[in-house]
Amino acid sequence: MSIVDWFAKKEKSNAQHAQSAKLNIPGDVWIKCPACSAILFQKDLEANHKVCGECQHHFRLSPAERIATMTDAGSFVSHDDAVGPIDFLSFKDTESYQLRIQKAQSKSQAKDAVLTGVATIQGVSVNVAVMDFGFMGGSMGSVVGEKITRTIERAIQNGHPVLIFSSSGGARMQEGIMGLMQMAKTSAALQQLATHRIPYVSVMCDPTTGGTSASFATLGDINLAEPGALISFAGPRVIEQTIRQKLPKGAQRAEFLLQHGMLDKVVHRKELPATIAKLLRLLTPPSLGTPLGTPPSQRSGS
Amino acid sequence: MKRLPFEKPLSELLDKIDQLKALAQSEGIDLSAEIAKIEERATMVRQDLYANLTPIDVVQIARHPNRPDALSLAMMITDEWTELHGDRQFGDDPSIIGGVGRLGDHRVVIIGHQKGHDTKENLHRNFGMPHPEGYRKAMRLMMLANQFQMPIITFIDTPGAYPGLTAEERGQAEAIARNLKVMAGLEVPILSVVIGEGGSGGALGIGLSNRLFMMQYAVYSVISPEGCASILFRDAKKADVAAKALRITASDIMSMGICHGILPEPLGGAHHDWQAVATTIQSQLIDTLRHYEGWTPEQWVTERWQHFRKLGPFIENGEPANMPSFC
Repeated sequence: MSIVDWFAKKEKSNAQHAQSAKLNIPGDVWIKCPACSAILFQKDLEANHKVCGECQHHFRLSPAERIATMTDAGSFVSHDDAVGPIDFLSFKDTESYQLRIQKAQSKSQAKDAVLTGVATIQGVSVNVAVMDFGFMGGSMGSVVGEKITRTIERAIQNGHPVLIFSSSGGARMQEGIMGLMQMAKTSAALQQLATHRIPYVSVMCDPTTGGTSASFATLGDINLAEPGALISFAGPRVIEQTIRQKLPKGAQRAEFLLQHGMLDKVVHRKELPATIAKLLRLLTPPSLGTPLGTPPSQRSGS
Repeated sequence: MKRLPFEKPLSELLDKIDQLKALAQSEGIDLSAEIAKIEERATMVRQDLYANLTPIDVVQIARHPNRPDALSLAMMITDEWTELHGDRQFGDDPSIIGGVGRLGDHRVVIIGHQKGHDTKENLHRNFGMPHPEGYRKAMRLMMLANQFQMPIITFIDTPGAYPGLTAEERGQAEAIARNLKVMAGLEVPILSVVIGEGGSGGALGIGLSNRLFMMQYAVYSVISPEGCASILFRDAKKADVAAKALRITASDIMSMGICHGILPEPLGGAHHDWQAVATTIQSQLIDTLRHYEGWTPEQWVTERWQHFRKLGPFIENGEPANMPSFC
């Protein structure tokens, strides 16, 4: 799985931290853009929704930043915060899963790699889920699967659309086969949603790979992506290691997927809320929530 | 036949038997008593070895080049088997086979990953690693089954979906995801058997079923033990440790409530007796289809949804949910 890339990047970023410590540059004031190497003032970057003013590189967002950037101020209400992971396999590699969970939880102040709830986006009510790449590479274990599924079930109950921001390396290996089963669970939930004619907009953010891309992330009625986002089934390193194939530059980026017919649109972060709200208004049928095949005389709503 | 690394103690005895047989023939002497004695001993050693398999040993059996393949099994368990080809969009992926036939009294569609038994076959079959057109071929055949109300049987046997540029360009992730969503809603029973290697999303892509069976020495995993070892354990040589930690054997998968039954294999593994394997699979599938007689289309959809809905242990307000039986 392409979680390989996450580990590689983690090693690299550790090395970078060590270097900046040596040079005594305060890391929280100036940020170097990884795409164009421009030195950016942290406050400017944040004011610009964490998009590089020089080259438009989209930095990754935490779930809290994503909610703040995308939804109407004060509209977000989180749900299912109490759902947390359990190390049911007593899995231990170089470190125990138990310890990895604890470290990730204390770093992110959340129980697992997805924040879910309800919100409005330019006035449109949505059931929203935001994945957190910072939490174990955004990997999908049982908690992510359960919370995404509950988000979809909530939509079936309240009739409002589903909006998911993905950012994930794929299935969580530390949960073995159960990580894989979350692909089935979330996709089956979307099948249920479809019979109710409730729209689902998927926004693929950097990166969306492996089991996440091979389940709910690519199943949007509308599939959007942020510019430059890595979106793939197998990550570049997995491909290079497994079949010794070097990928051309730009392969597996959002623009490449758009070209190959896999996305509806690549949308700049600044325009995402308006684009999502517009699409949801257009897609939502007047009799939202009516199951397929119900005769017009029995449909509720205006 | 290829002997597996853990079969080394057995291998020496089998060599000895071959030598004696050759000697008996070339010299024209009767060594049958000696040969019978060693054969008896070989059986005992084999029984002992197969009673104490480690997970990585099972992986080797699951990948044995002479293991019965999906297409052969489909032909062996059905009458009037007719192979069908193509996804109607791009091509015909030889890594996925499919067709129609009669299984007992039932008209069925059978779909499976197809591995080869030698290098030439494996190059043709891409080692059982499908491209998106393979998953779309599977979906097209499943829609055919849905249209004509035929139960779907899938045989799972793949190292994983093909990880390469051509697969990425044509939407590997979307092809697998789409199958999961479509399979969830099909109004016919879907039965799956992991006949060898159940490799990650590539396996699941034809595996969202009402009933999942595993051959005794089949494995089912989120990632290959080798992949897991190199990523998490930082040491590709620790595949044996990873295989154990991931819990990938049939009994592990069953204890997690994912697999509904384990189908016994002949001593020494499925590759020793294809006919016995085919008979076991055939009678299990016919029994299961009998169980579904009289069900309505909605019942199959609901059963599938309820099964997958409860997979995935977590804790909520101190209460564990969906825990596997071994915890």
